[in-house]
Amino acid sequence: MARSKELVPGVGRLSRSSVFARRGLYKGLKKSDKPIEAETPATKEVSVGGEKNGSTRIVPTKKAPRFYPAEDVRQPKKSRKHPKPAKLRSSITPGTVLILLAGRFAGKRVVFLKQLASGLLLVTGPYKVNGVPLRRVNQAYVIATSTKVDLGDFKVDEKINDAYFAKDAKKGSRSAEEEFFEEGQPKKKAAFPESKAADQKAVDAAVVAAIKKTENLQKYIKSTFGLSKGQFPHQLVF
Amino acid sequence: MPAQPSNFKRFVEVGRVVLLKSGPQEGKIAVIVEIIDHNRAIIDGPTTGVPRQAFPYRHLSLTPFVLSSLPRGAGTGVVRKYLEKDGTVEKWQKSSWAQKREAIAKRRSINDFERFCVMLAKKARRDTVRKAVAKASA
Repeated sequence: MARSKELVPGVGRLSRSSVFARRGLYKGLKKSDKPIEAETPATKEVSVGGEKNGSTRIVPTKKAPRFYPAEDVRQPKKSRKHPKPAKLRSSITPGTVLILLAGRFAGKRVVFLKQLASGLLLVTGPYKVNGVPLRRVNQAYVIATSTKVDLGDFKVDEKINDAYFAKDAKKGSRSAEEEFFEEGQPKKKAAFPESKAADQKAVDAAVVAAIKKTENLQKYIKSTFGLSKGQFPHQLVF
Repeated sequence: MPAQPSNFKRFVEVGRVVLLKSGPQEGKIAVIVEIIDHNRAIIDGPTTGVPRQAFPYRHLSLTPFVLSSLPRGAGTGVVRKYLEKDGTVEKWQKSSWAQKREAIAKRRSINDFERFCVMLAKKARRDTVRKAVAKASA
């Protein structure tokens, strides 16, 4: 508060972020521990002059402040707002073929399965067709096409949720060398968990069966999307 | 009349069938009924859904068709009679210009999957042609 002089009670001259910048705490974390302060007693005895004063008196170590704020300062309310999961675009329904625009699978055409609780889209290549596994994608990085794969009443297993895709919590500091080498040899890759492979297979079986019903659809999903000369995405119909 | 005949073949004249290049009736054809000045004409298209209106030439394209005997300033009913007698709309639809326009519009309106299917079909056609040519020239 010292840097941010109060304009009116409860409102400082500087914003929260500029106070943070001025305090400069980001420049480095404090490494040393504070020396433990010795506890000071609440009162102390002082000697006083004057005959009728009884020579000593017990006084508080810290003087009570001489001034009190005349006005009550209101505590700002804590905001209880938090973002809701993204609303699904109306053009995306289960079975919609999406074109991925970012990430290592950019340009791939994939099949949308459902929206997860976090708002991310659950998609599959299917893995067998174009190598895209069960994966979460943000709908902002996706083009929805008008092509739909008729999934019927196929439901994705409830266990495939956001937690299913979470990475294992890694233990703290390990050097990069330790991470990659073991006894002078590059570490072997951990095998893909069999249970996940089975889940992928189960989902793909249904999706691939649906894809095969339409001629050329499998070829279409296997191929990647790209723009050729004279093609502009805002002029194309998807 | 000038001594030498003009090299041009299409003129802004009463009875000229025109293609609209802008406005709500864009892409439809109409007939010039009356010339207002060197910027605008009154056009009418009773059989093509173009209401009678003044239209600037720069938003019109002249087609090779003319309703030659259309009287100047003819009303909508007369224009309709002439259009039906001449079969102008059918002539226009059969022309390569109109067909090309239609093909372009269709190509623009197909979706990603259909584009892919067109690509496959073209590939198949190329393949058949190549094989046939190889066979014929061997």
